[in-house]
Amino acid sequence: MVELLQDKDRIFTNLFGHHSPGLESAQQRGAWNGTTDMLDMGRDWIIDQMKASGLRGRGGAGFPTGLKWSFMPKEVGARPHYLVVNADESEPGTCKDREIMRHDPHLLIEGCLIASFAMQAHACYIYLRGEYVTERLAMEKAVKEAYEAKLIGEKNVHGWPFHVYIHHGAGAYICGEETALLESLEGKKGQPRLKPPFPANAGLYGCPTTVNNVESIAVAGTILRRGADWFSSFGRERNVGTKIFSISGHVNNPCNVEEAMSIPMKTLIETHAGGVRGGWDNLKAVIPGGSSVSLLPKDICDDVLMDFDALSAHKSGLGTAAVIVMDKSTDVVKAIARISYFYRHESCGQCTPCREGTGWMWRVLTRMAAGESTIEEIDMLLDVAGQVEGHTICALGDAAAWPVQGLIRHFRHEIEERINNYREGKPVFVSQAVAAE
Amino acid sequence: MSVRRLAKEQPESFAFNKKSEDEVKFWLGKYPEEKKASAVIPMLWIAQKQEGWVSEPAIRDIAARLEMPYIRVYEVATFYTMFNLAPVGENLVQVCGTTPCMLRGSGDLISVCKNRIGKSGEISEDGKFTWVEVECMGACANAPMIQLANKDGDHYIEDLDAEKFEQLLDDLAAGKDVKFGPQSERNASEPHGTKVLSDPSLYDGSKAKPIKLPNTEKAEG
Repeated sequence: MVELLQDKDRIFTNLFGHHSPGLESAQQRGAWNGTTDMLDMGRDWIIDQMKASGLRGRGGAGFPTGLKWSFMPKEVGARPHYLVVNADESEPGTCKDREIMRHDPHLLIEGCLIASFAMQAHACYIYLRGEYVTERLAMEKAVKEAYEAKLIGEKNVHGWPFHVYIHHGAGAYICGEETALLESLEGKKGQPRLKPPFPANAGLYGCPTTVNNVESIAVAGTILRRGADWFSSFGRERNVGTKIFSISGHVNNPCNVEEAMSIPMKTLIETHAGGVRGGWDNLKAVIPGGSSVSLLPKDICDDVLMDFDALSAHKSGLGTAAVIVMDKSTDVVKAIARISYFYRHESCGQCTPCREGTGWMWRVLTRMAAGESTIEEIDMLLDVAGQVEGHTICALGDAAAWPVQGLIRHFRHEIEERINNYREGKPVFVSQAVAAE
Repeated sequence: MSVRRLAKEQPESFAFNKKSEDEVKFWLGKYPEEKKASAVIPMLWIAQKQEGWVSEPAIRDIAARLEMPYIRVYEVATFYTMFNLAPVGENLVQVCGTTPCMLRGSGDLISVCKNRIGKSGEISEDGKFTWVEVECMGACANAPMIQLANKDGDHYIEDLDAEKFEQLLDDLAAGKDVKFGPQSERNASEPHGTKVLSDPSLYDGSKAKPIKLPNTEKAEG
């Protein structure tokens, strides 16, 4: 029997927007409670607590947040320190940060103050994707409230001069990559930088900078309020905490929900998303962590846990914990071809393997979806995907290769079947109807 | 990557109006003076909100204002896909077509667009609509969805199906107000009919009472 997360242990208590996002209401829910005491404990205490909590970055890569904070220079030199919050939520399947920003913005702003204090930054930029206009206006409103209540600002009740600025992009997935985001924030095309230097040494405007995901920052206040041991009591070792899962695709009730890490995928889908359309046996595959990770066929989904280690053991990943469910009616080759189209569209064009490879993979997959290719081309596609993976400045090349590799790993037989059907003049793909409920 | 070019026909000039100037001032206040190039995306966006699209004179004007070479602003305008480089209809309908939306029927919405509005990226004959397919908009738990840009701003319209979408386009064509957000009984992206977050003690103010932080005692010995 799996123990589900209880309401009393949820961090985002207004995730569904049933209450006001305003300051007064947020404070009633516990935001900004004890923040001064946290700062009074000093930056080492904050970073130690964050490390002890076991929080791993919620933006996809899963790097330990406390450790990341500790990489900033210990002393502030001639260059100011910056915190930049990555709110460029664009990974297909992912829609969690949006709910934080429009419904629980004060948890985010409080987290910005705590993180900035811990890293000796007096300014923080929150970079929202351009499409999130409503969310941007919600954030501007919350920031204004925080200034007026003197929670932040040059002179504030917390005694650490601190400014929050809301910034926005204009429709480029690549700006979710931290150095592309910094380029974009500096007013340039969003093309990733070669690392090193890492942002902690030379980030925004050449100054020491840490870039964190919205969720990673927004949980900081509650972790310090309730204790590192409280947070780390959920989930398995190395995979602890609570996490917002975005569940989309062929489920009865698509949703965002905060749950304990390491929850079995089946429990997550059946408890919160109303189950797979047509029942669990109608499941074909699940992409468990946003479009960049490999899809998993049903037999793995039956008992896999939703955490970093369990999913990477199956050559997939937790990514952003965006669960994209596909039932048996799905044309899975076409579904992955559409993801390839996405990467082709979003490649910044800087590295040749990605610029050329993403388009090439999409074109071949599109032919494969129609059965108009050869059996040999499957291995050729795999080979090309391998040449893109790991040969680019940023991880977009990897992200474009992984779903393709996953498709061939788990559904090669379907591609072959299509090619054979096409040659024999049979219908290439017949969608199975959704079972009556 | 997507190849984007400026429109062939361009206006003679561009100038921010009073309302836009106020916004420009607000945005320029966010960055260090010597780093004002940071405002380039917001300024291009303000120009687009004013004119409906980003013209070459607007790019030149913004470049001058931010003391950036013209080509740098041109690069930004052509790199980021939210900038319309040519005029669009009164209602810009952006249909998300990426896989999570595709799985839930964005193809049906695209068919409706093709039938009712016409070719992607072109202005409909009555001038009221332009539609384009866009990549993931980050509302996947409310798929399929569109973003509508018109005189009322930029809004997500979610939990759609072909029938609701037809009705929406009818209402827009008739100049009626439309409902933004989910077109279902949902408030946002909560699980339909969920009992999650129903514990009243989360909202009764008990969380606002003074607390003592855990793990704050100095280690003994």
